[in-house]
Amino acid sequence: MTVPLITTSRWEIEDGHTLEGYLRTGGYQGLRRALEMTPDQVHDEVKKASLLGRGGAGFPAGIKWGFLPPDVWPRYLVVNGDESEPGTYKDRLLIERDPHQLIEGCIITCFALGLSQCFLYVRGEMAHGQERIAAALNEAYDQGYVGKNILGTELSVDVLLHWGAGAYIVGEETALIESLEGNRGFPRLKPPYFPASIGLYGKPTIVNNVETLSNVPWIVEHGGEAFAKIGAEQSTGTRIFAVSGHVKKPGVFEVEFGTTTFREIIMGDHYAGGIRDGNSLKAFIPGGASAPWFFEEHLDIPLEKSIVDNEGSMLGSGAIVVMDNTTDIVKACHNVVRFFSRESCGKCTPCREGTNWLEKILDRILNGHGRPEDLDLLLDVCDNISPGISWPPKQTTICPLGPSAVSPIASALGRFRSEFDSYIELGNSATPVTMMGDGS
Amino acid sequence: MTDSQQETDLVSVTIDGQQVNVNSGEVLIDACEEVGVDIPRFCYHKRMSQVGMCRMCIVEVDTGRGPSLQPSCMMTVTDGMVVDTQSESTKKVQDGVLEFLLLNHPLDCSVCDKGGECPLQDQTMAYGPGETRFVEEKRHFEKPIPINENVFLDRERCILCDRCTRFADEVVGDPLIQFIDRGNSTQVNTFPEDPFASYFSGNIVQICPVGALTAKPYRFKARPWDLEEVESTYPNPMGDRIVVQSSRDQVLRLQGLDSEAVNWGWLSDKDRFSFEAFQSEYRLDSPLVRGGGLNKADKRGVGLVAASWAGALRIVTESLKDLNSDRIAVLGGARLTNEAQYAWAKLAKGIIGTDHVSADLGDELPPHALLGLPRATISEACRPKSTIVLLTPDLKEEYGTLFIRLRHAAKTLGVNIVELSPTRTGLSNVAAVSLHPLPGEIGNVVEALVTGDVPREVGGIAGEEITQAHKYLQDADVYVFVSRSSIGQSTVPIIEALTSFQKLDNCRFLPLVRRGNTMGALDMGMAPGILPGRNTLSSGSSLFSDIWPNLPSEVGADTKQILQNAADGKVDTLFLLGADPISDFPDRPLAESALRNAGIVIAVDLFVTPSVYESDVVLPAASFLEVNGSHTNVEGRITPIRQKVTPPGTARPDWMIAAEIAHRLGYDLGIETPEDIWEEVISRSAVHGNLDYRQLDDDQNGYLITATGRIPFTPSQERLETRPVDSYAMRLIVGRRMFDQGTITQMSPSLRSLAESAQLRINKYDFERLGIEEGALVEVTSGGLSVPIVVKVDDRVPRSSALMYGNLDGADPRELLIDGSHSIDIRIDPTVGNNNDL
Repeated sequence: MTVPLITTSRWEIEDGHTLEGYLRTGGYQGLRRALEMTPDQVHDEVKKASLLGRGGAGFPAGIKWGFLPPDVWPRYLVVNGDESEPGTYKDRLLIERDPHQLIEGCIITCFALGLSQCFLYVRGEMAHGQERIAAALNEAYDQGYVGKNILGTELSVDVLLHWGAGAYIVGEETALIESLEGNRGFPRLKPPYFPASIGLYGKPTIVNNVETLSNVPWIVEHGGEAFAKIGAEQSTGTRIFAVSGHVKKPGVFEVEFGTTTFREIIMGDHYAGGIRDGNSLKAFIPGGASAPWFFEEHLDIPLEKSIVDNEGSMLGSGAIVVMDNTTDIVKACHNVVRFFSRESCGKCTPCREGTNWLEKILDRILNGHGRPEDLDLLLDVCDNISPGISWPPKQTTICPLGPSAVSPIASALGRFRSEFDSYIELGNSATPVTMMGDGS
Repeated sequence: MTDSQQETDLVSVTIDGQQVNVNSGEVLIDACEEVGVDIPRFCYHKRMSQVGMCRMCIVEVDTGRGPSLQPSCMMTVTDGMVVDTQSESTKKVQDGVLEFLLLNHPLDCSVCDKGGECPLQDQTMAYGPGETRFVEEKRHFEKPIPINENVFLDRERCILCDRCTRFADEVVGDPLIQFIDRGNSTQVNTFPEDPFASYFSGNIVQICPVGALTAKPYRFKARPWDLEEVESTYPNPMGDRIVVQSSRDQVLRLQGLDSEAVNWGWLSDKDRFSFEAFQSEYRLDSPLVRGGGLNKADKRGVGLVAASWAGALRIVTESLKDLNSDRIAVLGGARLTNEAQYAWAKLAKGIIGTDHVSADLGDELPPHALLGLPRATISEACRPKSTIVLLTPDLKEEYGTLFIRLRHAAKTLGVNIVELSPTRTGLSNVAAVSLHPLPGEIGNVVEALVTGDVPREVGGIAGEEITQAHKYLQDADVYVFVSRSSIGQSTVPIIEALTSFQKLDNCRFLPLVRRGNTMGALDMGMAPGILPGRNTLSSGSSLFSDIWPNLPSEVGADTKQILQNAADGKVDTLFLLGADPISDFPDRPLAESALRNAGIVIAVDLFVTPSVYESDVVLPAASFLEVNGSHTNVEGRITPIRQKVTPPGTARPDWMIAAEIAHRLGYDLGIETPEDIWEEVISRSAVHGNLDYRQLDDDQNGYLITATGRIPFTPSQERLETRPVDSYAMRLIVGRRMFDQGTITQMSPSLRSLAESAQLRINKYDFERLGIEEGALVEVTSGGLSVPIVVKVDDRVPRSSALMYGNLDGADPRELLIDGSHSIDIRIDPTVGNNNDL
């Protein structure tokens, strides 16, 4: 079966980001279709599609929508466009190349849930995307796809754009809500602050990822069942994966969800095209920097949520980062931990202090001042951030950022402890590193 | 005191194997504490919202889905909850968090002011590891940086618990300290060039769980284990509960005491740091007598000379003997303890036989309004869904802790505040309705508000705004907080307003006084025509005549009349009990003339105030830090004042001075200790009926007087005509600042510089209308009077009004007051600044 491109179909079209280009290629048909249905019918289609959230946690969107408590108004839709997980760059392209699809998804969702206010939060660094989405929104307002009495119906929805100010943590939904309210981007504690019950301005709020909402127009136009037929039983439709690192053709690929394997997407000619320079695979991160690492033996696992979960990692934000055999694992581990340490918001103690401590220990090991006891210390610090270092992680922190710094350490130390030992004993790396690799 | 709590259901919770019933809706960490299980915490503070940031209070909680680690400060108890605060995993997490907190915390406990009373130190000593596993370099910041005049912040010691920042934002609405940067660089700081200019900054020092915040008056002064302390009361109108801490007979610190009924542990900086004044070198420490010494008073003498008590008291006694008691008067007494007030009232009325006794200094509501209305407590008013009407000035300036209580009530308890203040205030942004009637028009505005019969416009307020406010008086318990909000407005319009409120049947009152223990002074009979226990001279004379032998029969003169009599040469002996009429009485020339023309002026005071300077005999008194006694707050709540240090020199408690004078007059006041006074008061005063003086220290909320007494409110009979402001004039508001030229503030080195200089504050629209620039010097005239003053834009001031704070350096608004006016109109002459090189 050839799988249709659902979300990336306009990426190759020069003017796909304009209203004209969008309409020419079948744009806003989903909205027109939705307006012929009742809101509940639209919601049902999304439920039938069993569309999993594409932001990281992978929770079914249709079910999430059903969490809104009855009779509490107003309520809001918030679009999480603060894509900042290292290795992830699908939402940026969706915003840049097909902004109308996202806007259409927002309007349909608001229609399905009876909302009249949508906040579209775009990451601060996405300057180009911000221009594109703003231009698209202006066109959509002008032509009556957004605003008062959309397409002459009773439906009125306002979409408000909000640019982030450059903090990874604001990708976490409650921190994003705080940021939207004008506060410092600090996550809120769940419970009690589940957005669906206490969200933006204390009101029920649905927070959806850009890619999730970009699927909605197609689902409504073609029906939830058609969507559910694509992909695996529980991971339906298509999904965009960003492959980066030591591959021949890094890029973003829309693939059938749940059936495509890691081997296909990393090695396949249509996709990333294999490891660079004829090198071999050492490890790869299957779902963004927060995810525990996979190795050679995991290559034939399909990109399917529950299977990957059971294998001890996650598909997360759809970012596959490949490391070949020339990779200095200690440096790679340090790199990822440093990211989380610097992006810790500073709110809760274990994350603020713990991630920084981990970074400093790894710093010291890399600088040749490691001590044999440092490796157990690293693991015990990890254990104090994420008790048991298990998967899915437990946490002593407010949000999952702290435990995210635990994943690379647990993975790297679990598999490549000898490389750490080498740094500690010899004061330098066991891996001869050249910029291009040597093919050995 | 549970009067603010609702009836709650009980739920059954198992805490460390012990099954207990606790109130549903209670926070788990509190529930544990109640059954004696102490969970360590740093960010949690029961008077602020929960944030769950420090993670120290994580415990293992099972709500039916298996045990999980949860912060106990963020969980409310539910039925069947099983909590294990001692499990292995709980301990591992808590040890881990403690280790994390200590990573970057400097180990400078030996030189840290907090050492010895530091929760982080205590936790570490109790549970922490003996050695650190952290061998990296600690975080560095510039060592203590001042965040305002008095508070220093050491960011290296800070554990980022969010207590100070939450306090600033949430409790007092001064969000001037914030978290900045992120991750390891996260720090608390002020905005650049913008200090933490809060009236309540001392509280953040008190609630800081480490030594990150220190206050100048206490820094490096003592170690906690050298401090002795006693629970007492700050004698301000609220009667804020305090802990007085001293070392070697020196008070070093005042801390707020968490009393449920009053201040919840908070204090304003003015009170917290004012202990410095009572230990200043300017305290009076021996009697002074005018003249050339030799213990002879000489009215013509130029200076006050130190004298012995015996000599000074001989002069006092002689001035009282063989005199017509009608020519003796006593002013002041609001500074005194209840006991001293009783002693002085007894001396004046019962022995000397004069009813010319008045604690008021011309800026309070009349006694019948303070005593005669059905009274409410703060906690009763702060119940969900009630409506509080404020006929007050800016509470943030004058009644700091009441401001905090009301802000909390409006923000979190759902109390609706209807504000009728002359200007916008610190509570305006949390009030349901904030209206600003023109001074003098409050009676008309309240009449419309109460009846709902609203004209198109009244007192400068549009009718629809009053209609909107009127809704909040329907189907709600209404509590009216009232005080003399401006001496630019007479009490007549306020009495009119109070009369209107009596039409509501669900209305109670909390009259606020402007001087510390004015309520006690009234309850102890320090007002003309009033006897202790809220009796009138006529109704109570039979109660007291056996122990107050010379009780007069005629009602005496009030403050203004006493001063007038003195100025007219009709007063031979004038006592000033901690009173400074020259600084405080609205008619300064009258006060000056009174002191000049009185036969002999005897001041009992702590400092040489302008009025003391004009007195003939000065008797040094002990301050509230140096005496035992009690205080009565605006609610009628009696709380203990406890001696912590000895008075300077030969200064004596006020009651003792009264007893000594009585003795020299040949009478025995029957008082050897303050307790003796209570035996007498309780036996005669119905309102103090079941007060057990010996138990006063046992309840932090003290003893509340609930009986009303026999002094009825006198409603106003007629109504003042509306008096519009003509387009060339502005209506004058005389406000009070927290920090001014008042004696206590000026005698406290830490507070002195916080007082600003006098300015005329007007709305920016009026600025444009008048065509003047900010900072321009103008001449303000009223009647034939005029003062030069600098103008300032202040958008809290409504159009057509002008605000001047009293008792500041520079122009004195009292110079613009016209005797007998109900409100004052001023005109601004902008040309003076241009042709004058002032």
